This record gives sequence, structure tokens and C-alpha cells, in this order.
Amino acid sequence: MLHEPAVQPNDSGKYGNQIFLFFFHVWTIIEMEVRKLRQDPTELVMRGIQPVLWLLIFGQAFSRLRAIPTGSVSYEAFLTPGILAQSITFISIFYGITIIWDRDLGLLQKIMVTPIRRPAFILGKMLSASIRSINQGVIILLLSVVMRIPLEWSAGRIIGVIFTTILGGVFFSGLSMVIASLIKTRERMMGIGQVITMPLFFSSSALYPVQIMPDWLRIIATINPMSYLVDGLRNLLINTAGTHLFLDWCVLIGASSLIYLLNCLLFPRILR
Amino acid sequence: MNEVKTVLVNNLTKGFDNIMAVSGINFEVYCGECFGLIGPNGAGKSTTIKMLTTLLPPDDGEAVINGYSIVKNPAGVRGSIGYVPQLLSVDGAMTGYENLLVFSKLYGLKRKQREERIKRVLDITGLEDAAHRQVKTYSGGMVRRLEIGQAILNYPQVLFLDEPTVGLDPVARKTIWKHIEKLRCEQNMTILLTTHYMEEAEALCSRIAIMNKGKIAVMGTARELRESTGNPHAGMDDVFAYYAGALESQEGDLRDASRTRRTAKRLG
Repeated sequence: MLHEPAVQPNDSGKYGNQIFLFFFHVWTIIEMEVRKLRQDPTELVMRGIQPVLWLLIFGQAFSRLRAIPTGSVSYEAFLTPGILAQSITFISIFYGITIIWDRDLGLLQKIMVTPIRRPAFILGKMLSASIRSINQGVIILLLSVVMRIPLEWSAGRIIGVIFTTILGGVFFSGLSMVIASLIKTRERMMGIGQVITMPLFFSSSALYPVQIMPDWLRIIATINPMSYLVDGLRNLLINTAGTHLFLDWCVLIGASSLIYLLNCLLFPRILR
Repeated sequence: MNEVKTVLVNNLTKGFDNIMAVSGINFEVYCGECFGLIGPNGAGKSTTIKMLTTLLPPDDGEAVINGYSIVKNPAGVRGSIGYVPQLLSVDGAMTGYENLLVFSKLYGLKRKQREERIKRVLDITGLEDAAHRQVKTYSGGMVRRLEIGQAILNYPQVLFLDEPTVGLDPVARKTIWKHIEKLRCEQNMTILLTTHYMEEAEALCSRIAIMNKGKIAVMGTARELRESTGNPHAGMDDVFAYYAGALESQEGDLRDASRTRRTAKRLG
């Protein structure tokens, strides 16, 4: 018989602490994502193909052309952090579709009827996108080793790259979830994702240094969050002059916090 | 069933844009009772359930579930109820065990409790042998049983079932009925379900409320409903037509139709 009383959100000894329970729930949402990806890793492999093509084809061709001035580093080394940033952005900007999918399936409603707090669910989902981004990072960095692209390697730098990747994933998946809360359908979400990704990519410093951009594009690059992601990764991976890791982290943390708050406000819309 | 009221609904109201989805409804559900909300598409059944499970805030009115107000203490409500939505609510990429494990964590159960309850729920739902298979290999009936299993992991006092047998074949439907009846009789669980199927409401529910256009048109036992039409020999479908209107419903939209059909396809 199930005669034990139902478990209330705050009547359990070990998880009585609400802050602990909040982060336990965040971790559970991340765990759910990891378990899904472990059972079906095809998506991760497929997602790895695009950055490989950029580095192998675009990177090698432009490296030979020497059309883009990259100072003392090779164009391939200059491009690698840009492609990593592109991968993080592209994989995260479509992440809101998974929320709409879960809503359409009914899974989202069922999760929201458990004692999990909505801000914990949102943070968990934003961090879950970073798991996919870290996977992209591993693929790109392994490829750079195979292609003998000269990058700066140290334990501290790798930890820094992981941290920056998580920040990028959190921001862009958060942005995607805000869009999902506003437009609510997968078809529109795909369309908006396509419209956003290319301008974000080409108006950032992923493919070319800010110095060679015309003034109007330079202004856009300055307000484009992807530029800060690229700059941070470039500082860590090739340590070029003119990069500002601390500023990049501050901008990404500030922008992610803002997006998180926006998500907390807009999330009830998606449940309607 | 006893006289303790587990669910108290008072003047509950919800509107979307210019449509009044639920318009000032009142009802009570007693402890250990199976109560059915039936009605055509767009009658307001699912919106009512969404408000009672705290997914949607009401525009007006109040409901108290297990002593917790849905307006003032939604977290208390969520800790003491289970909910199986109309749509599919398990993740096909994970195994049955993993689906239960994740939900036991969302309910904040301790490690030892988690293993104990998952084992118990697998036993109740008869899914022990399939526990470590990916859910996408399950039949429609097994998926529904797993969904019910997820919803009872916290040993809820009230279980909400939104169209629990939609998209299932007659054999799977009867199996689900047996499980719902078992939960009510053996576990003394209060069950509130919505359905389109009159025979389902009659088989499972001690009292039935027929909703139409956001209001409760009539409420009572199946016998009382028949008698209220003036024809004690009327079938339940006639009762439904009498109160909900014989015409095909104009409510619901393309998204609702698409969701229902997708659920039916995935289960079937």
C-alpha cells in the first residue's frame, strides 16, 4: 500500500534546504539531457560535421590565400576559436526548439507539476545546452591537434575554454528560450534561428579581425555577444594581443544573467 | 471513499483572449473517489486540470487540494499530487527506469527512497521486465502505464489523469482502466480524470460532471445523469448529447487536433 504521506517540497530532511534542492533540481535537468544524449549520441556526431568542414576546407583554403591579415598567427589558428564560437552559437540558438518539442509532447507540463521551481528548470535547461557545446569543443580541439594547428595548451587554458564555452552556451540557449517563449511554434523557431545565425556569425570577429571591418560593421561587432565569445576563446587558445578575457567574461556573465531573468518572466507563456 | 473533501473548487475562471475557457465552475471531490470531467473538445476540461495542477493561474476563483491553495501555495499542491497529461510525457530516448529515476529526483526523494519506490512503482505498473529498455520500444499501453508510474512516485493523495486512454486500442484501454481502479481501491487514491469516452467515465467514475462551453452543465452519478434527462433508459452517449449538444463541437484548433493525432499515432 502507498500509505506514506506524499513528499512535500520542504518536508524531507536531507533536501530540506531549499537552496540545496534548487541546485539538485538544476543538476537533475542536466542529468536528464546527458542520459538522453548517452542513449542516442547520433546528434552529437552529426553536429560535429559542420565545424570539421569549416576548418578543413574554408580554413585551409583561406590560409593559403593569405587574404586576411592575422598578425603572427596562422589563419587556421586564428579561425579555430571562431569556429568553436560558431558551433556553440549555432547549437545553442536552436535549443529553444527542444523546449517547444517537450511542451508539445507533454513532458514539459509533467515536469512543471513536480515540486521543481521554474527558475531551477530554466537554469538547468540553459546549462544543458552547454553539454552539447562542450562536445563540439572536444571535436574541434581534437581536430586542431590532428591538423597540427598551433594552439596554446595548458590545464588552466583548457579549464578557461570550458568555462567560456559554458557561458556562451548558457547565453545563446537562454536567448533561444526567450524567443521560444515569444513565438511558441517549432516552424517559426526554425525560421528565426536561420535568420539570426548568419548575421551573428558574419558580424562577429569569428572569420576576420575587427580591425579590417568597415566602421558600421565594427559597431555591430561591438554589440554582438558572439564577438565576446570569440574574443575570449581567442585569448585562451592563441593568446593574441588586443583580446580582453576579463571583459569578455563580464559581458557574457552580465548578458546571461539578463537573459535568465527574462526567461523567468516569460516562461509561463510557453505553458499556455 | 469517505466524506473528506480532497479537492474543493470554488468559482474557478480562466479566459484566453476573448474566449472564456472556464467560467466560474464549482465542484468537490471526496477522498478515495474517482471523479470524471467529460465534455466535447474545447469544453474547458484540460484548462480546468491545468489550473488545478498549477500549470495555469486562474483569472478568478480558488481551488484547494489536500489543504493547499492553488493560488497561495502552488508548491504545496505540486508536492502532493500526480499528473498524467493528455499528451505523451515520457522521454523515448531514455529507459523506463531512467524516466522514473529522473522524476523521483524531481520529487526530491532521498537515494534510498528512490530505489524503493521505483521498484514498487514498476511492480504496480507491471513494467519490471521492460524497465531497462528504451521507452521508444514500448507499446502504447506500456507507455501510459509508465506515465502513470511516474506520476505516483511521490505517493500522491490526488492523481489527475487528462484523457488517460486517448489513442489506445480497446485491450490496452481496459488494462489502463484496471490499473486506475487498482490505484483507487488498493491505495485509496483520489482520482480526477477527464475523458471523451462516456463508457470510460461510467466504468471508472463514481460521479461525473459534464462540461460544456466552460461551464458544468450537470453533475452526479451515472444513474442520476440518466434520470436527469427524463429518460432513465437513456444510454450515456444520449446523456452526453443531451447536455453537450448533439452538434459537432466548433471548439479546439488545428494545434489541438494535431497534438491529439500525434499522441494517438505515437501510442498506437
